[in-house]
Amino acid sequence: MVSTETDILRAAEEWRRAGRGVALATVIETWGSAPRPVGSHLIIDEDTNFLGSVSGGCVEGAVITEALDVIADGKPRMLEFGVADETAWQVGLSCGGRIRVYVERVE
Amino acid sequence: MRLGLLSDLNAERAARRAAILVTELASGEQRLVREGDIGQDPLAAELQEALRRGKSGLLEQNGRQFFLTVQAPPVRVAVIGAVHISQALAPMAKGVDLDVTIIDPRTAFATPERFPDVPVLAEWPDAALPDYGLDRYTATVALTHDPKIDDPALIAALRSPCFYIGTLGSRKTHERRVQRLLSAGFGEADLARIHAPIGLDIGAVSPAEIAVSILAEIIAALRQDRRRAA
Repeated sequence: MVSTETDILRAAEEWRRAGRGVALATVIETWGSAPRPVGSHLIIDEDTNFLGSVSGGCVEGAVITEALDVIADGKPRMLEFGVADETAWQVGLSCGGRIRVYVERVE
Repeated sequence: MRLGLLSDLNAERAARRAAILVTELASGEQRLVREGDIGQDPLAAELQEALRRGKSGLLEQNGRQFFLTVQAPPVRVAVIGAVHISQALAPMAKGVDLDVTIIDPRTAFATPERFPDVPVLAEWPDAALPDYGLDRYTATVALTHDPKIDDPALIAALRSPCFYIGTLGSRKTHERRVQRLLSAGFGEADLARIHAPIGLDIGAVSPAEIAVSILAEIIAALRQDRRRAA
């Protein structure tokens, strides 16, 4: 079963209450044919466990890597992905869309 | 995000109240605006509009950029009738994130064995629905073919703000139902809210196909207004 955005935010709260370092990633803008709508969430903990999706798999790996830095230093980050990205062959969106993802730590 | 804020957001969701998390992207500053408090917020008009559309999104205001996380309650479907169509509908509804509750006073039908994964209330609709609460994030579906059971549910639904009302029945059956509801004091505008025969016309034959047509019609009622508004 696919997790709903509700399940994800509830899990974020549970993970944090259990003492885990947690980052919340949110799709805040999309252009073209982006795979996941604005408002979609992905949560990541310090051991790279994750739940949810911001792109249906295309850029999750890169978001998780950035999320670990966010968990470490607490500074929110704005990430942008698209086919024009220089690392597109690695983490680009095959659909040709572009997305902007906001990553913040759950304090 | 502060844990307290996240916790408040989850609590609003659990209580089936809409809320908007406002994040100023430059500073990371955040606040939670509950549905009832929108009028007092500096961004009242914009938040009201975001809630109406039910969509999260960016907002530019005086050179500042905000992200609005719009959280509407999970959508529920009250299914009157623990019948064959309902058995097909319950698991499919789960797959599209609709929370189904089965209501049927006939205890032989309304059993957890027949509906393993959803709440089953072996009660009359007019007894069960007040506690269940038909709000504007709820659809009501009456499938028993029995006016004794379906009518009280339709009456409760018509008196509520629920976003979808659908019921089985041929045109003739529906005409008789319309007459009964008119004599119960409802008007033409009320009756226009009822989708009958229920479901999109896809020529559905089997209970499972009818369940697909019902779910499609519910999703259309839920999404199309917002799409037109977008």
